[in-house]
Amino acid sequence: MGTSPPPFGLSLSKPSLLPDLPKEEASTGSARAGGHIAPLALYIHWPFCVSKCPYCDFNSHVREQVDQHAWKSALLTDLAHEAALIPGRPLSSIFFGGGTPSLMPPATVAALIEAADRHWGFTPDVEITLEANPSSVEAARFADLALAGINRVSLGLQALDDEALHFLGRAHDVKEGLAALDTAQANFGRTTFDLIYARPGQSLANWEAELARALAFGTGHLSLYQLTIEPGTRFATLTAQGKLPPVDPDHGADLFEQTRAQTAAAGLPAYEISNHARPGQESRHNLTYWRYGDYAGVGPGAHGRRGGMATIRHKKPENWLNAVARNGHGNQSEGALAPAERASEALLMGLRLREGVDLARIAGVTGIAEDTLVDGTAVARLEGHGLMRRAGSALMVTDQGMPVLDRILAEIVAV
Amino acid sequence: MLSSGPVLLIGYDVTELSKIRNFSIIAHIDHGKSTLADRLIQETGGLTAREMTSQVLDNMDIEKERGITIKAQTVRLDYTADDGLTYELNLMDTPGHVDFAYEVSRSLAACEGALLVVDAAQGVEAQTLANVYQSIEHDHEIVPVINKIDLPAAEPERVRKEIEDVIGLDASEAVFASAKAGIGIKEILEQIVKKIPPPKGDRDAPLKAMLVDSWYDPYLGVVILIRVIDGAIKKGQQIKFMQAGTTHLIDRVGCMRPKIEQLPELGPGEIGFITAQIKEVAQTRVGDTITDAKRPAAEPLPGFKEVQPVVFCGLFPTDANDFEKLRESISKLRLNDASFSFEMETSAALGFGFRCGFLGLLHLEIIQERLTREYDLDLITTAPSVVYQIQLAHNGGEMALHNPADMPDPSRIAMIEEPWIEAVIYCPDEYLGSILKLCQDRRGIQKGLTYVAGRAQVTYELPLNEVVFDFYDRLKSISRGYASFDYHQIGYREGDLVKMSIMVNSEAVDALSMIVHRGTAESRGRGMCERLKDLIPRHLFKIPIQAAIGGKVIARETIAAMRKDVTAKCYGGDISRKKKLLDKQKEGKKRMREYGSVSIPQEAFIAALRMGDDA
Repeated sequence: MGTSPPPFGLSLSKPSLLPDLPKEEASTGSARAGGHIAPLALYIHWPFCVSKCPYCDFNSHVREQVDQHAWKSALLTDLAHEAALIPGRPLSSIFFGGGTPSLMPPATVAALIEAADRHWGFTPDVEITLEANPSSVEAARFADLALAGINRVSLGLQALDDEALHFLGRAHDVKEGLAALDTAQANFGRTTFDLIYARPGQSLANWEAELARALAFGTGHLSLYQLTIEPGTRFATLTAQGKLPPVDPDHGADLFEQTRAQTAAAGLPAYEISNHARPGQESRHNLTYWRYGDYAGVGPGAHGRRGGMATIRHKKPENWLNAVARNGHGNQSEGALAPAERASEALLMGLRLREGVDLARIAGVTGIAEDTLVDGTAVARLEGHGLMRRAGSALMVTDQGMPVLDRILAEIVAV
Repeated sequence: MLSSGPVLLIGYDVTELSKIRNFSIIAHIDHGKSTLADRLIQETGGLTAREMTSQVLDNMDIEKERGITIKAQTVRLDYTADDGLTYELNLMDTPGHVDFAYEVSRSLAACEGALLVVDAAQGVEAQTLANVYQSIEHDHEIVPVINKIDLPAAEPERVRKEIEDVIGLDASEAVFASAKAGIGIKEILEQIVKKIPPPKGDRDAPLKAMLVDSWYDPYLGVVILIRVIDGAIKKGQQIKFMQAGTTHLIDRVGCMRPKIEQLPELGPGEIGFITAQIKEVAQTRVGDTITDAKRPAAEPLPGFKEVQPVVFCGLFPTDANDFEKLRESISKLRLNDASFSFEMETSAALGFGFRCGFLGLLHLEIIQERLTREYDLDLITTAPSVVYQIQLAHNGGEMALHNPADMPDPSRIAMIEEPWIEAVIYCPDEYLGSILKLCQDRRGIQKGLTYVAGRAQVTYELPLNEVVFDFYDRLKSISRGYASFDYHQIGYREGDLVKMSIMVNSEAVDALSMIVHRGTAESRGRGMCERLKDLIPRHLFKIPIQAAIGGKVIARETIAAMRKDVTAKCYGGDISRKKKLLDKQKEGKKRMREYGSVSIPQEAFIAALRMGDDA
C-alpha cells in the first residue's frame, strides 16, 4: 500500500505526514486498476438548524417541524441510489455535515451508517465524522452518537470569547462550548473544532492568545477560518451598509502567518489552507476532496464526484424530499465533466494542500498533456518570487504563497 | 410637381417678419429646460399628449442621460396670441458645453431672444451666467422665467431679486411658472411674442441663410438646419455654400413641429431645414452661408470658423480582433459628426487603433461613450494630447506632432511650439483666489480682472495642453460649480517641452507617455506615479512605477506585493463555486493590458491623467 502513489498528491521524499490512505488509483478514472479498488468517501447533508448564523452561506434552513421518519427514509433511499451506481468500493470515510447534523436523531445516524456498511462496506480504519453544535442539549446525545458509529466529531466552537460568539450569532457561550468539547473528547476517539478569526477589530495579540488557549485543549486537529463575508448572508448586508468594516488584507495576512507559525510550533502544522493537524490526525474525508478523489453526496444540496460525473442534489429541503419520493433519488443534475474541467478542479483543490499536486498523475487521468495543465512561464516567475515550487511533475505552493493562493491559481491554471 | 427650377405657389405666403419670434432657452442642468420645451410644444399643439415622450428634443441616449444637448435641435410652434394674431415661434435648443462653443454661438446667432429659466428653489447657477452673457453678446432680449414654483422649497421672490442683483436683468415681469404642473405656460408664450423682437430681413435681396447645424438621417441623408437672413429658399433651387464653395440642388424644405413637415419655402427670419442629396455631414460646415447659385449674395455672413480638432488621443480595441469593427464604427459616427477626425495608429503595447481628434475632452468622452454603447466596443483610450508644431534641427523642416510617441529625439529638435488659448472665467469673488492659483499652476498669464456685483471676470492666456486633461473638472470642483469657463485659441508659442515616459516594472508604457513643460514635469510625474499606484491593483510581486525624461527618473512609487487572496473554506460542495471564481478572475485579467508581466486595467490609461487636488 505504502509503495503506491497517492491519487493526485505527491509522494514526498521524506516520510509523509499524511495518513496512510489507500491511494491506489485516481478514483476519477476507473475504479479498478491493478486489482486494487479505490475507496470512496460519503457525504450526508442534514439541512436543518435552530437558527441561521449571520456569516453562514451553507445550505441550512430553519423549520418548525421536521418529519423525522420521512427524512430518515428519504436519506436511506438517496443513499441506496448512489450505492447502486458505485458498487463495490469500500468507504474510507463518511461525513455528516449541515446544517446542524448533531440535531439528527442518533437512530437516523445509526441507520445511515448501517446502510452504508451494508451497501459498500468500510475500510478497516474508516473515519466517520459528524459536525456538532457545542450546546449542552447536543452534548447530551454524544454518547448515543458514538454508539451509532461516529468516531470523529467536529465542533463548531467558532470563538473562545463570549462577545465574539454573540457577534457571530451563536447560541452557546464559551463555558457551554468548552463543556461540550469535554464531553466530545470523552466520547469520541478524535475531536476537532472550528474557530473563526480575523473578526472585526481582532488584534494580532488577541488572536495569538485565543489560539494558544485553543491549542492547549489537546485536540489533534483544528480548522481555523478567517472570517469571510459571503454574498447572501446578513454579514454581507451589514458590510454593504457600511456597518461591518472589511478586514484589511495586510492585517489578515499577518494573522494568517501567525496562525501557521503558532500551530506548527504546537505540533499541528497546516496541511491545508485552514486545516491544522498533528501528523496522522488529518481529516481523511476532506483529503479526499482536496486530492480530488471520488465522493458520493446525498441529502439536500450535496455535491458528488464519481467517475468523472458531477452530481448535485436539490438544494431546498422540501424539493429534495419530493424528488426522492418521485424519482428514488434527490439529484437535480448529473453530468459528465469535461477533461479540462476535471483537470482544473484537481489543480484548484490539490494546490490547497501543502503536499501539492502531481501533474503527471492529473495528465494521466484526464488525458490532457502535462505541460499544458499550467502556464509554465507563470510558474517559473512565481518560483522566482518564492511562491511556488516545482520538481519534475510535482508542483506545490510554498508557505509564502499560501495566503495568495487564489491569485496564484488565476495566474497558472491553463485549463 | 415640378422637377426643377423655383417653385411658385400661388396663395402661399411665408410668415411676415413681424409674426416670427426666434428664441433659445438658457437653463442650468435640471432647472427644467427640457420639460418647459415639451410643455410649450404641447400647449401650442405641436404634439398630442399621446405623442409626447418626455424630453422630445434630446434625441440621443447620451443627451438624455447627461442632460446636455450635443446637436442643435429646433421646433416650430404656431401660437395664437391674445392680440388675435398667429405667430410662428422657433425654439432653438442649443448645445450646452464649451467644447461646442462655436456651435453654440451659431445657434444663438440664429435667434433674437432667449428664455432664462431659473429654478425657484436653487436660484441662479454659475453655468447659466456664461450662457446669459453669451446671449447678451448676441443682443438677445432675455425673458426671465422662474420655474418650479410649486416646489415646497421654492422662493420665487428671492430668486427674482437674485436675477436682478447677480445678472443685472430687469426681472420685474419674470414669469412664475411650473413647467411640470403647467403653470405660467401661456404667460411665457405671451412674453415671447411681446418682448422678443421679430427678426429683420429683406425678402427681395439675394438668398442669404446661415447653416446652423447638420446631421445624418438614414432616410433623408444629411439634414441641414438653417436660419434664413435675406431672400427665400425653395425646393428645386440651386444653392451654393459660400465657404465650402460647393453647389447643391435642394430637394426638401421644411420645419420640425417637432415632426418633420415639408414646406414650399422658407423666407427671411425663418428657421427650418433643407436637404440637398448630401451624403456626408463633413460636406456641411456650421456657420457657412447658403446663397442662390445663380444670384449669389455679395458677402458671406460674418463669424464663420473652420472647425479644428484640438485634442487628440488614441482609441484602441481591448480585443485586437475588434479592430475592423472599430474602423467601421468610427466611419459611421464620422458620417454624423464631421468635427472629429481619425487616422490609423499602431502602438507597441496596444496594437492597431486610431488616432482621433476632438473639439475638447467632453467631445472625446461622448465619442468614446457612443462607440462603447451604440457599437458595443470595449476601448482603451490613451492620454489626450494637443497638436505641437516642431521645427527640426539642421533645416529638417517642420512637423505637426499629434502623438507623444512620435516625438523625435531631443537632439533633432530645434524648437517646439504649443497651442495657447485665451480663457475667460466668471466666478463669485470668494473662489477667485483658488481659481487664480489654478491658472498660475497651469502656466497661465493673467490678462485682465474685473468685478461686477460680487462676481469676478478673469482673463488668462493658458497653454492648451495644461487645460485638456482636467482643468474644467478642477475649476468646477474648486468653485463648487460656480465658475464658468469659455476659451478660444490664440495661436502657437514656443515652449520648453519634453517627453515624459512612464515605466511600469521597468518597462515603458507608450500609451502613458506625454509631453509636458519642463518646469512642471516633476510634479506631473509624481502625480502620475501616485495615481497609477492606486489604479494598478496589487500583484504577487512589488511593482516599481517611474516617470522619466530621457534616461533620467524624476518620480517613483512602488506598489507593494499582494499579501492575501485565498478562499478560507473549500470542500466538496464548493468546487463549482471556486471554479467560477477562478474563471471570473481569468476573465478580469483579459480586460487588462500586460506590460512587463504587470496587468494594467484599461480605465487606468485615462484615469491616470486626472490631476489630484495637489495639481
